[in-house]
Amino acid sequence: MTHISVTVDGTVYEDEVEPRLLLVHYLRDRLGLTGTPVGCDTSNCGACTVELDGMSVKSCTVLAVQADGGEVTTVQGLARDGAWTPLQRAFHERHALQCGYCTPGMIMAARDLLRENPHPTSGEVRQALEGNLCRCTGYQNIVRAVLAAAEETTGETAGQDSAAGDGASGRRTASGQEVTA
Amino acid sequence: MIPPAFDYVRPDTLEEAVRVLAEAGEEAKVLAGGQSLLPLLRLRLAFPELVVDVGRIPGLRGVREDGDTLVIGALTTHHDVVHDPLVRRYAGLLAQATETVADPAVRHRGTLGGSLAHADPAGDLPAVALALDAELVAVGPGGRRSVPAGEFFADYLQTALAPDELLVEVRVPEREGWGFRYEKFHRVSQSWAMVGVAALVRRADGRIAEARIGLTNMGPTPLRATAAEQALAGAADPGAVARAAGSAAEGTRPSRDASASPEYRAHLARVLTERAVLAAAGTG
Amino acid sequence: MTDQAVHAAEEAGGEVGRARLRKEDARLITGQTNWTDNISVTGLLHLAFLRSPMAHARIERVDVSPALERPGVVAAFTGRDLADALGPLPCAWPVTEDMVLPDHPPLAVDEVRHAGDPVAVVVARDRYAAADALEAIEVDYEPLPPVLDLEAALAEDAPLVHADKGTNRAYDWPLKAGEDFAAVRERADVVLERRYVQQRLIPNAMEPRAVVVTPLAASGEYTVYSATQIPHILRIMLSVVCGVPEQKLRVVAPDVGGGFGSKLQVYGEEAVALAVARRLGRPVKWTESRSEGYLATHHGRGMIQDVRIAATREGRLLGLKVDLLADMGAYLMLVTPGIPILGAFMYPAIYKMDSYEFACTGVFTTRTPTDAYRGAGRPEATFAIERIMDELAAELGLDPVEVRRRNWIRHEEFPYTSIAGLTYDSGNYEAATDKALALFGYDALRAEQRERNERGDAVRLGIGVSTYTEMCGLAPSRVLRDLRYSAGGWEAASIRMLPTGKVEVVTGTSPHGQGHVTCWSQIAADVLGVPFEDVEVVHGDTLVAPQGMDTYGSRSLVVGGAAVHRAAEKVVDRARKVAAHLLEASEDDLEFKGGVFSVKGSPEARRTIQEVAFETFTSHDVPDGMEPTLNAGHVLDPENFSYPHGTHLCAVEVDTETGQTRIRSYVCVDDVGRVINPMIVEGQVHGGLAQGIAQALFEEAVYDAEGNLVSGTMADYLVPSAADLPEFTTDRTETPATSNPLGAKGVGEAGTIASTPAVVNAIVDALRPFGVTDVRMPCTPERVWEAVRAAGSGRPAQKEAAQ
Repeated sequence: MTHISVTVDGTVYEDEVEPRLLLVHYLRDRLGLTGTPVGCDTSNCGACTVELDGMSVKSCTVLAVQADGGEVTTVQGLARDGAWTPLQRAFHERHALQCGYCTPGMIMAARDLLRENPHPTSGEVRQALEGNLCRCTGYQNIVRAVLAAAEETTGETAGQDSAAGDGASGRRTASGQEVTA
Repeated sequence: MIPPAFDYVRPDTLEEAVRVLAEAGEEAKVLAGGQSLLPLLRLRLAFPELVVDVGRIPGLRGVREDGDTLVIGALTTHHDVVHDPLVRRYAGLLAQATETVADPAVRHRGTLGGSLAHADPAGDLPAVALALDAELVAVGPGGRRSVPAGEFFADYLQTALAPDELLVEVRVPEREGWGFRYEKFHRVSQSWAMVGVAALVRRADGRIAEARIGLTNMGPTPLRATAAEQALAGAADPGAVARAAGSAAEGTRPSRDASASPEYRAHLARVLTERAVLAAAGTG
Repeated sequence: MTDQAVHAAEEAGGEVGRARLRKEDARLITGQTNWTDNISVTGLLHLAFLRSPMAHARIERVDVSPALERPGVVAAFTGRDLADALGPLPCAWPVTEDMVLPDHPPLAVDEVRHAGDPVAVVVARDRYAAADALEAIEVDYEPLPPVLDLEAALAEDAPLVHADKGTNRAYDWPLKAGEDFAAVRERADVVLERRYVQQRLIPNAMEPRAVVVTPLAASGEYTVYSATQIPHILRIMLSVVCGVPEQKLRVVAPDVGGGFGSKLQVYGEEAVALAVARRLGRPVKWTESRSEGYLATHHGRGMIQDVRIAATREGRLLGLKVDLLADMGAYLMLVTPGIPILGAFMYPAIYKMDSYEFACTGVFTTRTPTDAYRGAGRPEATFAIERIMDELAAELGLDPVEVRRRNWIRHEEFPYTSIAGLTYDSGNYEAATDKALALFGYDALRAEQRERNERGDAVRLGIGVSTYTEMCGLAPSRVLRDLRYSAGGWEAASIRMLPTGKVEVVTGTSPHGQGHVTCWSQIAADVLGVPFEDVEVVHGDTLVAPQGMDTYGSRSLVVGGAAVHRAAEKVVDRARKVAAHLLEASEDDLEFKGGVFSVKGSPEARRTIQEVAFETFTSHDVPDGMEPTLNAGHVLDPENFSYPHGTHLCAVEVDTETGQTRIRSYVCVDDVGRVINPMIVEGQVHGGLAQGIAQALFEEAVYDAEGNLVSGTMADYLVPSAADLPEFTTDRTETPATSNPLGAKGVGEAGTIASTPAVVNAIVDALRPFGVTDVRMPCTPERVWEAVRAAGSGRPAQKEAAQ
């Protein structure tokens, strides 16, 4: 067993875990944070995508021990006081989900894209979501939703979607600078 | 699926990592970003007794210049390689190829060193390392040694690294004024390369003065398209490039799998070499 | 309801037809989900299955005792250990009287018949311990020959999948209508014969399967939570398989993450979980991993189609003859044998002809069983006819659209009874096609194609046409009887008017992404005249929605939604009686509009339906003899299938040097009758297109010569991502169905059914100048390149001689 300390959606957890425990199983089975689902065993589907230290990762392909000392944001940590982020709103308004199983991962991957590229083209959105599979929507409305969320977060509110779930702590941008949300 | 149980250590220093690896011998696996190792563990295709997590060893991450050589820490993630201004300036081929690896989330965790040490012939970066004439620096109980990329990839998933050696940095000669192109051929965006061609071209006097070509997935190791490189020297027009590219598959041993036959791979190597070289000649 | 609210509702023109945002989304986008694997109860034990690594073998010995020594292991069972507790898994569709139905134990006992056939189950305290313990189980297998080739499997001396049955032939199912094909062939100018192969597909619902069983051992009651499309059918079948009385079983389908037919099944793991929970008196959970599911969850398609058409030189179809070999896999599961039969009626599609002959042979192989996958029989049929119609056009030098136009049923001919005996209630193929051609810019693309061909461009352009119809909305019960299906095709709905004026709709459909909660709310709100927000829809739990036939075959709206409509009408009828009584008026003198009953001519005399609901709740003043409730139910048995149709056009660029293909544009105009929610319809079309295109270009379950699944993980089986699919242009025409009160037609499968031939036709069209007449699916770059190479690159096409 290995001791870990992980902040998940703003709460600090201290646990003893088997080194082989996958981060996604830690979230689901130990912390009861079942909003992040598992869709495959080869890191292809992206359903389990969460944010670790400010970057999207596939939580089925990260050991819990690797997240020690880190900060994890899941889909359950995005909404603030019941207010959805622009991406969550856009997914709803553009009918970007059907069964909803891929949705947490899609939203987390899209959030990652918009942080790096606040004004993507539809082609860039499609490319950025290459690691997230959906079997229901044919992706068209997902692309529309991400573009709509980008539209909504232009100008001074750019990055709002990313900021919404980051808590008060700093996060790392692509260039490695510390910024405070 | 569920990984098998293993012991785990997370050394704080390079020295400690090397010592642990030396003690554990063949039974240990090095964990960097984990993007190759964890899927193997989950499918129970690997059963290490010990996993040595080198991910937090200081000093192995980031890019710096050493004279006219680019030094990329082995733990530098794909994401950081893609966005690094030095890499983009002096080794654009590496940035371009790295951007095609897997998907963004995997690129956030996966590392350059991990990809090279894993030495999957379908991986994009080994062929790029060959084309760039990279030197791979390993540290072991006997100290540091530098292995040219051409001698690093020994066989399928096998490298020149000893079990107690750790890849610590990748040294890439800076190249300014070279055109480059990584042509990756795959069936879906996140899948492995069926064939990939990494081309570097230096032009002079309206001709190709020198070309360096690395091939992905054309054998159990990444390969140089030596015959094509030689034939390309002096090529002045697209016709000459096409003729030279015709020898791109010489000396290769492409495999047969569910996605392609050896004949098709050889054909692709020729077509993609022509395209990569023409594109590279245009970007110089 | 205030006057203002009534006015607003009227102005909005009702709920039906509005792009209402989904009620389902809030939980799904915030992670407050209830997938089966999320369920955790005190004392929960975890199951893991040991599966055969071989395609075919005799089980000489299974020893689970070493697994019991492993930490955390509570129990382990072989197939023999549980044989008393488990009957065979059911097949509900014996398509012929003499169909061969092999025994299918949920855990193999004597023999394994496909890679992944389960041989033992471990019960442990957590999922990690269960996975570890599998490695300790000892099994001795005596290998038996695999059976993989459909034609070879039918040979006299072929090795047998089920030796006790003496044959690999599961059944022969014929259909013949009109003249003999031999007779029309005599007078035909053109006869074309083609073989098409429908590769095996893996459905890949994003949520892997999972099951949780919680027992109340003392009273013998069990609750089964399962990621299933069919809680009601599952309840009946598990009762039979496990011998638990039906009234003691509750089946819940919690949030279910897609199905596409793969969760229209009664799986061995569900039965084993129930049997183990019963034996141990402990709650158990099993969750499939993706690569495990590739072996254990049923596959789709898997057919060889020999297709012949006879036509005049003007391009008029005279006859069609289809001979199918259908890969059943190792066992006949819930509706395995019926899948090709669902296609049997659809090969004639939208075309008129004088002769139709069809014969299907079901063949056992040592592969994962096949069963329903999105479209189930109809995509295969549509592919075959739409591919060969393009071949006919090429043969005669006609435009592929023109060939279709010369043969299709004209809009004034509806209702039209097809040669296969189906009565298409309505449709307008001309309108859909004209609209699609205009949106697509057909003529300009043809001009570009010619230009590229003349220039000898390495990148060619191809245009694919697919004009489809399909039969869905399963199904009239009497037709199912005639097809020897073991159940009916009705659907149930009931509506509860609550005392506060709110509404609960109870449906027998079991949604897993389709948006029933939203659409059923729209339907009920319109009929009842209540706000959309005031309607709640409950489903997917046999305790709260006890009657149902569940969700598959694009049936939910046209059968289940129609049942909601009928039930709501009954509620209004009851409310009318109470309102008339309260208003001291005759029922005939009442108007009902926007949720308000008013007396004709004196609009101030009025009662809202909510007021009537409360009055009925108190029952202080209801009509004498009237049952004091507005609640009503309706079980609707559809009078006919539903026949959506449409025209799909696809432009593909083909790089003839590498074989790489790229969809340049995709236009479809579908006619799904009257639309309840256009946003949801569009989403269904998008998703359907993605899966149909995936069959054309990417996906295939590949087996090696030993019967191992080579495409055994998501890294090898290529499910396309957003980066691999194009933007779609979708539009609709609207020809209402006449067979249900909503005028709606099914939409869930249409995109999948139509798109596959559109894509392949486009690829072949691009390569026709090289002499290419077919590319096998999936049209991988290598296959495309091979086709160009084999046809003799650059040489003009050789016309294939008519046979």
